[in-house]
Amino acid sequence: MIEILSATALSSVQDLGRDGYLRYGVGTSGAMDRVALAAGNILLDNPENSAAIEIPFFPFEVRFLEDIVFALTGADAAAELDGRPVPPWWTLPARKDQVLRLNPTERGARCYLGLAGGIDVPVVLGSRSTQLRGEFGGYCGRNLRQGDVLRTVQPAERSEGSERLPAAGFGVEPPEFALPQGDPESIAQGTRTFVRVLPAAEYDCYEEASLESFWSKDWKITMQSDRYGYRLEGEALVPKHTLEQRSHGIVPGVIQVPPSGQPIIQLRDAQPSGGYPKIGTVIEADLWRLGQAELCTQLRFVQTTYDEAVSALDTVRDYLNKVRRLAGLYRLSRR
Amino acid sequence: MTNTIQSDQAPRISLLGTTGLLFEPPGAMDLHTQRRIWWLARQVEAWPCIKEAVPGMSNLMLVFSAPPRKLDSLEADLLAAWSRAEELHLEGRTVELPVIYGGEYGPHIADVVAHTGLTIEEIVRIHTEPLYTVFALGSHPGYCYLGGMDPRIATPRRKVPVRGLPGGAVSIGGSQTGVSASAGPSGWNTIGHTAMSFFDPQRTPPTLLAPGDMIRFRSERIIK
Repeated sequence: MIEILSATALSSVQDLGRDGYLRYGVGTSGAMDRVALAAGNILLDNPENSAAIEIPFFPFEVRFLEDIVFALTGADAAAELDGRPVPPWWTLPARKDQVLRLNPTERGARCYLGLAGGIDVPVVLGSRSTQLRGEFGGYCGRNLRQGDVLRTVQPAERSEGSERLPAAGFGVEPPEFALPQGDPESIAQGTRTFVRVLPAAEYDCYEEASLESFWSKDWKITMQSDRYGYRLEGEALVPKHTLEQRSHGIVPGVIQVPPSGQPIIQLRDAQPSGGYPKIGTVIEADLWRLGQAELCTQLRFVQTTYDEAVSALDTVRDYLNKVRRLAGLYRLSRR
Repeated sequence: MTNTIQSDQAPRISLLGTTGLLFEPPGAMDLHTQRRIWWLARQVEAWPCIKEAVPGMSNLMLVFSAPPRKLDSLEADLLAAWSRAEELHLEGRTVELPVIYGGEYGPHIADVVAHTGLTIEEIVRIHTEPLYTVFALGSHPGYCYLGGMDPRIATPRRKVPVRGLPGGAVSIGGSQTGVSASAGPSGWNTIGHTAMSFFDPQRTPPTLLAPGDMIRFRSERIIK
């Protein structure tokens, strides 16, 4: 059990997302950085789809109401457990009454706090993820507030996990270093995120000059960006003629272009359908990079092919397998 | 896979990254096409690489359970299935929705007036006349896309989506109309408001309405 101590807004309970209800108008929700969520669960020896807390604003504080193993993945939030630093991408046992504080991030946008066993909120329509628009799933269908107390699944198995964990815990290499994308300087500074994009249905309907700036110019992630979508700002994209689409299904990553010409990337809380023209889709294997791109930083779109995009998913899977092997080794060494 | 606009005869197939694809057959956005889309959805959702087949307005989105290594055979199967698609007749029920049009309940009705050149009364009369068929669900939990709107009141979507519209908003987007099931952002023009619960996650199915059901809007009041 943990208690939320801070009043920082917009933290929510998320798992990998809600599948199979798009036809009822229910979007996927789920972690903005699903790689971080899955890796955190692997560190904890949880099923990959267990629910954790997604934290986008800092500082953020929780109190542990019992001895429990936790994991931090995603953004580097310069965490402190009772004032002692906790490295990013790390799992560690906490004692009852200890306080975990996450500070404003040094790198990345969202931190994931996972607990051994996974956070126990009711499974609604197949998922524990928060469906904000529908006000269900997650913790009471809403974002977390000060004073909320969260329980974990399978409390009986927890002590065993903590015995098998080195006292100082252990960590893994974050994917932004293991799977770099873009030029090293931008990666080091964290001011520009490169994501790979596949052209979508209306790609060819844009002026040549617009397509060129789409691939070669920076796109600023504006303050009006959240889990629903990132509203970008750059050189307006101009269609060759007026486009009005019939409503159709869309998925997280789709880059829509409203008549203003300023694109919007639809994300985890986005509507599962829409009618604005689509210039491209950020590939699934790079959505976690978007989830860690901070407000007011720049985005670059890198053109890719379907084959490369499918292989990129394998690369992410390989990374998670590596995390799993490493976590297994740490646990073995304690037996 | 090509992204060019194909001839009017051939359905268009386009990628949604590696997550899925969009199938857009040519032809009118009418009930005949939609019934064939419903038929196609039922066929395709049983295919091995498909997680979900989601009908849109005379189109179909396929979401992959795992992205196929090669798309050619899936595209060919899809085209073949469409060529033999029949009209699936879904027997639905009819729901009447009382609507307050205009004023604070329909903040964008003036934009529809400006675009169409019609008066508010004319717009309401034209909007309440047809028996609309639920073509598909989407947008947000419980939201219904309706077929059958009179093209005289068609009004383009807004240049910038509006945030925080209330649930029950009756709106027009392009040549379509619909009712929002909960509060949220929208790029459509809100012309009125109705009070009805369209979604309950504890119910099976969770939605009040399903494709094939019918809606009639009744003008309860017009605020000018």
